[in-house]
Amino acid sequence: MDSSSPRSRRIVPVVALAAAVALTVAGCSSSSGGKKSDESADGASAGKASTPQMTVALITHQSPGDTFWDIVRKGAEAAAAKDNVKLVYSADPSAGGQANLVQNAIDQKVDGIAITLAKPDALKDVVAKANAAKIPVVGLNSGVSEWQKLGLLQFFGQDETVAGEALGKRLNSAGAKKAVCVIQEQGNIGLTQRCDGVKKTFSGTTEVLYVNGTDMPSVKSTITAKLTQDKAIDYVVTLGAPFALTAGQSVSDAGSKAKVATFDLNKDLTSAISKGTVDFAVDQQPYLQGYLAVDSLWLYKNNGNYMGGGEAPVLTGPAFVDKSNVDAVAAFAAKGTR
Amino acid sequence: MSMTHHAEPAVTTPPASGPQQTDGRTTRRPLALRLLARPEVGVFLGALAVWVFFLITAPPVREAASMANILYQSSTIGIMALPVALLMIGGEFDLSAGVAVITSALTASMLSYQLTMNVWVGVIAALVVSLGIGMFNGWMLVKTGLPSFLVTLGTFLILQGVNLAVTKLITGNVATDDISDMDGFDQAKKIFASSFEIGGVQVKITIVWWLVFAALATWVLLRTKYGNWIFAVGGNKESARAVGVPVTFTKISLFMLVGFGAWFVGMHQLFSFNTVQSGEGVGQELIYIAAAVIGGCLLTGGAGSAIGPVFGAFMFGMVQQGIVYAGWNPDWFKAFLGVMLLGAVLINLWVQRTATRR
Repeated sequence: MDSSSPRSRRIVPVVALAAAVALTVAGCSSSSGGKKSDESADGASAGKASTPQMTVALITHQSPGDTFWDIVRKGAEAAAAKDNVKLVYSADPSAGGQANLVQNAIDQKVDGIAITLAKPDALKDVVAKANAAKIPVVGLNSGVSEWQKLGLLQFFGQDETVAGEALGKRLNSAGAKKAVCVIQEQGNIGLTQRCDGVKKTFSGTTEVLYVNGTDMPSVKSTITAKLTQDKAIDYVVTLGAPFALTAGQSVSDAGSKAKVATFDLNKDLTSAISKGTVDFAVDQQPYLQGYLAVDSLWLYKNNGNYMGGGEAPVLTGPAFVDKSNVDAVAAFAAKGTR
Repeated sequence: MSMTHHAEPAVTTPPASGPQQTDGRTTRRPLALRLLARPEVGVFLGALAVWVFFLITAPPVREAASMANILYQSSTIGIMALPVALLMIGGEFDLSAGVAVITSALTASMLSYQLTMNVWVGVIAALVVSLGIGMFNGWMLVKTGLPSFLVTLGTFLILQGVNLAVTKLITGNVATDDISDMDGFDQAKKIFASSFEIGGVQVKITIVWWLVFAALATWVLLRTKYGNWIFAVGGNKESARAVGVPVTFTKISLFMLVGFGAWFVGMHQLFSFNTVQSGEGVGQELIYIAAAVIGGCLLTGGAGSAIGPVFGAFMFGMVQQGIVYAGWNPDWFKAFLGVMLLGAVLINLWVQRTATRR
């Protein structure tokens, strides 16, 4: 029943709006910030191997939109470009979904598989199938205590508990008395292990606080509420870079004197460290994890090498980034690779 | 938890249960019943009970600064809960509302950054995109006749994927770049994410916007023709159409109103935190819907108010922060929230039945 007249009436405001936008775009460029002020940043490149192309599947438990996994993937891509490797990346946060992806890679007869072991039990069977198909499998990021039991070649990552312990010790030397450990995803094992590690070595009191990680305003008000409720808290420990930046705002909102420490880095965090709004970060070098996982499979195929001798995990962290060394790291973080 | 507040009116109801004695059309029903017939009364009593409860159990809640913090959290839910509630009164709901907030923030941020434009260019473009998403939802719904569950579930998944893929494609990362040093940022921040001081307490501007929007929505709903249309299309679409209500226009405009809310909250997040992560927002749609339902809006449409969802959002903020202020084990938060939701819905149901029984 729609005649054409209401349609044409609808077009007028659309055209007007488009024109307005075009005019604004033409006349309103920003004189500061923006892309123009950032130099074009390319990742590290080191030529290309002349070995025949091989295919490697990198399968993680990443949930979409996490800045951390983005860096892992960039490292893997850099190694793949250098080694003449065709990299197939896939991810599924559910254990069953990840196992299916591994099966998928076996069916495709890839030359190597790199996986994260967030839920090792669920991946046990499918790793055995890969081994039976003579496809080498390496582990990265999570599963530092399980990779050998599952028959993986080698492992690259950080022991979350060890990283937590390192942060706890650092709090001791900073003279902290009471820390709150902010978990952004209830029920995540790796995150819980970090807080447990802190609790183990920190001689003061450690309390856990859960926040809703998909909603920043609620993260902000929940940390503010905690700092108001317990004025004795002198350190806020977050488990991801974006949350550290928000925690900095909560500290000033609550009029608290607490300092902020965090796990993991990104480029905004490095500038927060140089400005002093965040005290320090524990970096597990995710770029290195992705890079080494792919590079090691290439080395294994072409030269039969095992990193860590196939016996010990290759640790990529914990490395501390604070005011003293942040400048050296900042340039790499700006490229999204550190 | 606030069941006890409703026990008293129940006792006074028996006289109302004799419908044949008088002409039912002209009898004045008791004041308590007439009050209870308002959809927001149940949630008002519930919110009051929760507030008093935490005033007693959590000492920090008694400070004005804590109240400002709770209201801030409530306002970011509440601004979205308002259009979501109007849409629900109009008989539909929107599952894409949570990620649409992030879509809007990502659009504004990336457009101004990548083209090195004044941030207002991005802000306006984001408004166009948000209204467009709302228009698409409404148009799909009206044209296909599919239930809003299916249409907006589709949009939800599309936006979730687009948020991530486009951000990655354009910025090379999964989060946007910091735009806080760009032209127009400070100005936009004043509007969307500033705070001001009342008696030494920092109050966030979103609280003011929330109340302004709530007043506006109440006026539209109760005093304008458009408000009548919303109730009419939510109550019975076919009879509404028969008496001349422009059903198509009303439905599409309601979805666009949700788009406007998503834009506003998205701009708050952008100017409050300078960057946006593309994976955020998932799950928020259910919180907005829950705030509207707790606030007395029926999932089936045709009933509800704009002030009810204000109390619904306040209840969310109060419980979420109250648990922290009280220093309780936060492991139970979600469970507590669920119990509260069920409780509030049951109270509403009971209040409606008591009030409409004659």
